[in-house]
Amino acid sequence: MTARIGVITFPGTLDDRDTQRAVRTAGLEAVPLWHRDKGLKQVDAVILPGGFSYGDYLRAGAISRFSPVMESVIDQAKAGMPVLGICNGFQVLTETHLLPGAMLRNNHLHFICRDQKLRVENAETAWTRSYEQGQEINIPLKNIDGRYVADERVLDELEAEGRVVFRYEELNPNGSLRDIAGISNAAGNVVGLMPHPEHAVEPLIGTGRTDGLGFFTSILKRLVSA
Amino acid sequence: MARVVVDVMLKPEILDPQGQAVQRALPRLGFEGIADVRQGKRFELEVEGPVDDAALARIHEIAETFLANTVIEDFSVKVEVGEGADATAVKAES
Repeated sequence: MTARIGVITFPGTLDDRDTQRAVRTAGLEAVPLWHRDKGLKQVDAVILPGGFSYGDYLRAGAISRFSPVMESVIDQAKAGMPVLGICNGFQVLTETHLLPGAMLRNNHLHFICRDQKLRVENAETAWTRSYEQGQEINIPLKNIDGRYVADERVLDELEAEGRVVFRYEELNPNGSLRDIAGISNAAGNVVGLMPHPEHAVEPLIGTGRTDGLGFFTSILKRLVSA
Repeated sequence: MARVVVDVMLKPEILDPQGQAVQRALPRLGFEGIADVRQGKRFELEVEGPVDDAALARIHEIAETFLANTVIEDFSVKVEVGEGADATAVKAES
């Protein structure tokens, strides 16, 4: 069995090809999906890749939220299908309210591009099973709207339920509250994060490490055991 | 055609680094005495037909679901009356 992982392209998406390649590198089948698609072509999971969907003209991720393909993604995510949002994909997931909170302009107002250390805080989500809790990974980060905010009640709830999946280590690059780099929904099938695991799956590119590959092998484990 | 203005502002408790950057630039430019600046967005909607309660309700919905992200932003809806006239507030903040 080869698991089919849908990778959505919106107008302005940049990292769809890298994400498809990362999916294939992990031994899975990458299925390109278009923002106007009404269905999801029977995929087993969906990734919303990074970029600037619809130019981020209103707010990052705000216009994508109303694209036809997102109706299916929202329905399927609520029914338990694994969904991963990377960077702009994370912004789309907060705009759809599949994940709580919102993403805002970095506190220093600069676009930032760096290798970023993260701590895996929850290794039990659909997308983090190949990691261990507390493991440090190093993957690229590149964004200007990466500051995660939510009100105190939501932040406390996320912490209490183990839904802070990744935290920034050593340096908080954007002013995200409580150093949050990624979160999940209550069921653990929907995960969003700002840094880019798909850029660190081969030793020749990105950080020179393959720390990001675990995301894509995690989903294989999850789908095989499901 | 009537114009309806939707103003969107970050909620008071949300850090606004863009507004702060503007505020910090003011003394350098010789403008003293501005204690705080917050930056928002203004949308001008040209409406076909009358701006009645139904039209305003629809614009309120547009603002709430799309123009503003109510997790982090407040918005207000105002109707602009006539050429160059002052805006008249007809719907409360949300």
